[in-house]
Amino acid sequence: MPPKTNTLGLTREDYKGSKSTLCPGCGHDSISNQIISMAYDLGLNQHNLIKLSGIGCSSKTPAYFMGRAHAFNAVHGRMPSVATGATLANRNLLAIGVSGDGDTGSIGMGQFKHLVRRNVPMVYIIENNGVYGLTKGQFSATADSGQELKYYGRNELPPIDLALEAIIGGCTFVARSFSGDAKQVQTLLKAAMSHHGTAVVDIISPCVTFNNHETSSKSYDYGKQNEVALHEIDFMPSGYVPEREEITVGEYAEGEMISVTMHDGSVIRLKKVGPDHDPRNRAQAFQLLERAQMEQLFVTGLLYYEEPRPTLAESLYLTQTPLAQLGEEHLRPSRQVLDDIMKDYM
Amino acid sequence: MGLMDIQASTQTKATANGQRIVNNFAITAATRNGTGSQTSNNVLVLSLFKMGIPVNGKNLFPSNIKGLPTWYTIRANKHGYTARPAQAEIAVALNTDTAAEDIQKLPPGGVVIIPQEWNWTKSREDIVYYEIPVDPLVKEAGINPDLRERVANMVYVGAVAQLFDISLDIIWQALLQNFNGKEKPAKINFDMAKRAYEWTAQNIVKRDPYHFEPMPDNNKGKIIITGNESAALGSLFGGVTVVAWYPITPATSLADGILEYQHIRKAADGNTVAITQAEDEISAIGAIVGAGWAGARAMTSTSGPGISLMAEFTGLAYFAEIPCVIWDVTRIGPSTGMPTRTSQGDILFIHFLSHGDTRQIVLLPSSVAECFEFGWRAFDISEQFQTPVFVASDLDLGMNNWMSEPFAYPDQPINRGKMLDKAKLEQFIADHGEWYRYRDYDGDGVGYRTVPGTDHPRAAYFTRGTSHSDKAIYSERSEDWVQNLSRIQRKINSARNLLPQPIVDQDPAKKIGILSFGSNDPAILEGRDMLAAAGIQTNYMRVRALPLADSVAEFVRTHERVYVLENNFDGQLAQIVRMEMSESTEHMASVPLGDGLPMTAQWVFEQVSKREGK
Ligand SMILES: Cc1ncc(C[n+]2csc(CCOP(=O)(O)OP(=O)(O)O)c2C)c(N)n1
Ligand code: SF4
Ligand SMILES: [Mg+2]
Repeated sequence: MPPKTNTLGLTREDYKGSKSTLCPGCGHDSISNQIISMAYDLGLNQHNLIKLSGIGCSSKTPAYFMGRAHAFNAVHGRMPSVATGATLANRNLLAIGVSGDGDTGSIGMGQFKHLVRRNVPMVYIIENNGVYGLTKGQFSATADSGQELKYYGRNELPPIDLALEAIIGGCTFVARSFSGDAKQVQTLLKAAMSHHGTAVVDIISPCVTFNNHETSSKSYDYGKQNEVALHEIDFMPSGYVPEREEITVGEYAEGEMISVTMHDGSVIRLKKVGPDHDPRNRAQAFQLLERAQMEQLFVTGLLYYEEPRPTLAESLYLTQTPLAQLGEEHLRPSRQVLDDIMKDYM
Repeated sequence: MGLMDIQASTQTKATANGQRIVNNFAITAATRNGTGSQTSNNVLVLSLFKMGIPVNGKNLFPSNIKGLPTWYTIRANKHGYTARPAQAEIAVALNTDTAAEDIQKLPPGGVVIIPQEWNWTKSREDIVYYEIPVDPLVKEAGINPDLRERVANMVYVGAVAQLFDISLDIIWQALLQNFNGKEKPAKINFDMAKRAYEWTAQNIVKRDPYHFEPMPDNNKGKIIITGNESAALGSLFGGVTVVAWYPITPATSLADGILEYQHIRKAADGNTVAITQAEDEISAIGAIVGAGWAGARAMTSTSGPGISLMAEFTGLAYFAEIPCVIWDVTRIGPSTGMPTRTSQGDILFIHFLSHGDTRQIVLLPSSVAECFEFGWRAFDISEQFQTPVFVASDLDLGMNNWMSEPFAYPDQPINRGKMLDKAKLEQFIADHGEWYRYRDYDGDGVGYRTVPGTDHPRAAYFTRGTSHSDKAIYSERSEDWVQNLSRIQRKINSARNLLPQPIVDQDPAKKIGILSFGSNDPAILEGRDMLAAAGIQTNYMRVRALPLADSVAEFVRTHERVYVLENNFDGQLAQIVRMEMSESTEHMASVPLGDGLPMTAQWVFEQVSKREGK
């Protein structure tokens, strides 16, 4: 039997990357697998997609998926600026960024917040394990207060909630999930790919080597027991055709279901099974996250969604042609233009 | 000829009664920062320029928005010397805090223009005092109180025009140019200048020898412009498409210039230049590295503190071979230093910027024309060698107004280097049976690159700052590391003789060589004339890029004595020359300045003649 193919005639195999070198069982590898499935299902064209990352175990993972896409493994915490430049150079590119909680929440916090403020069009995935994996297990800024680590003792400082930071920063799509919840991760990633602007997906991703014991809220056991899914999520892709029209938020009747229509016409439907959360309500999103932090729960699903603002390229009124592809006729004004300017200085 | 005679021939001293001194003196206007004196100074410079007199204006301003003292020196010189004068003959003293000092600095026979209402004690008998009722004239003019302070500085424009023979018509033309042809603000300022002009004519008897005289057609066809505006224009003609920057003196007006002129690059459906103000310089450099990687012509402009923040990313760009252009409009450091004073003190740092074995390409413009030229050329060089290109300008060149021939239109088409689009990649694979990003197919150390968005299944490669093989695959094998770094070293070395080459003025009969770079050029040209008049004949080589061209060592080798004159504290160019030369450089003396001020011809003369034992 021939292998199954997607709309581009590619197999799931075609969306894989090189072999992972992470610790067996690392949550980050599950996320790479979900990215592969998502891309295969949506029929993404890898030639037009870029993968970006900072530095960390998490930031290594772009090598492990979508081997036919250009990739940029940048410096620690500064991937957002690289993504900003790359998507300005070519506004047609789809961008996926992978970062860690150290990469985003500490060294890269400034760039992260300014990325969402500028609404750089990309899916920004945080593989959040509460530790610095690659430097062997120091606390990260998302570690729980009171958590114990073998070498570093007890963490006395409060955690930073990166989803909350994203919402405060002006992000218009903020979701949270758990690397062990394959279906939810995939569904949220699909919706994020359809978003017009920065979509932040914070995925709790246990570090089996340095942070997988019961006292950590970023362990497998804790995740399984304390995850409160906000919604049952359904995503109906429209076929991957990015569009630039205003997106409409579906009817929201008091009741069971919220449908959000994404830019490409695809629809994400959220069935409320958990607390009564409306992801279009910013104040409610803050409250929800505050409460979850107090109760040491983590809520998953689409936490916040808002009518997208113009992307950076749009707010700079850039030509539709990717800047990288402009020819000499657009890059160099004529001799006459120079002569006229020179006259103004005479 | 003695020193005094030489000075007389180049920098006129105020001399005995009756003798006219024409188009060969300098005026310093001492004001307070933020009071609008910029318009007045600019109008005086433009007026002299329009009269055909060679002129240069230099602003010595504080790091402050309002209140601290600022001096603007305008030098008119019929011989065309435009370096900073060691001394100004005329002081416009409008700042009580500095007036005593400003007057003290005047040479015998100098002139001070001072507000009458101060009733200043005339403590010097060897200078001329002209007292102008500044406040009363402003009050009489009945100007809207909001504008009063700004317009008040036009009083000295009117007085200077009357005293030293600039016509009101010229002042009007200069005002129009200053306000981009807008008559309304030009008129308000003009009325004030005219009022002062007329008062001076009626009430002051001229008692000094200084005169401006038109030099018809002398400046015809010339332009007057700042280095930063020139760099901005050069970048736009070089096809810049992404600019990311963070405000810093003295680099801000470069990015502003691109913003101001981006309309010359407008496409039918929008902008072809993305200009974004980053949250810091790390983000600015990250954005242009990302943009350069994705195929844009990307640049940033900054100064020392920003350069420090860019160190990590420029190493990544060097190692991952990503083109981008970084303008360092240098101010004096270390640290915040004197943020509004000039320097050439970053060249060592930027040449080796980032940890590990990096060697960055640096261009060294000396004039506004070269700011324009290197503005466009930097992109070609950067894409040709697939590496960051730094351009080291400085505050003096970047922010002050300089005369120049109009800029030459680029004489070469845009060169995007070895870039493979879909069709070329197809062909490349057909010809070679493969394509690997970092493989040296041509023996010049430069690989072929693709950019994201190339619709070909084999176009993608993995860009990383970690060690990689020539296939762009992660590798911790020492052989791969050494091979890769050797290739990059070969590539950068090959650039030596392909970058803008030194400009040399050399006569084999002369035994003394002067080596320098950048905006010292006018001081050195004038200083050499002074030296020649004193019997010291010199050759001159002006370096225009790092790594050094082979001809630099040759120049050092072929002279009996070499003086490396530069405007930094440590003699950085001299250090680079020493590092590059295997033979003895004992006959080469490092002569650094580094006091925050532009070099003067006087300093050049003194430093060289002293060492020559004259
Ligand atoms: C400028 C800089 N400082 C420090 C490091 C060392 N470093 C590498 S990865 C890392 C932390 C990564 O943590 P995180 O982003 O949480 O990724 P994880 O490994 O946990 O997935 C650090 C501090 C570096 N690469 N660069
Ligand atoms: S150290 Fe932790 S984060 Fe890193 S690969 Fe191993 S399990 Fe994953
Ligand atoms: Mg981590």
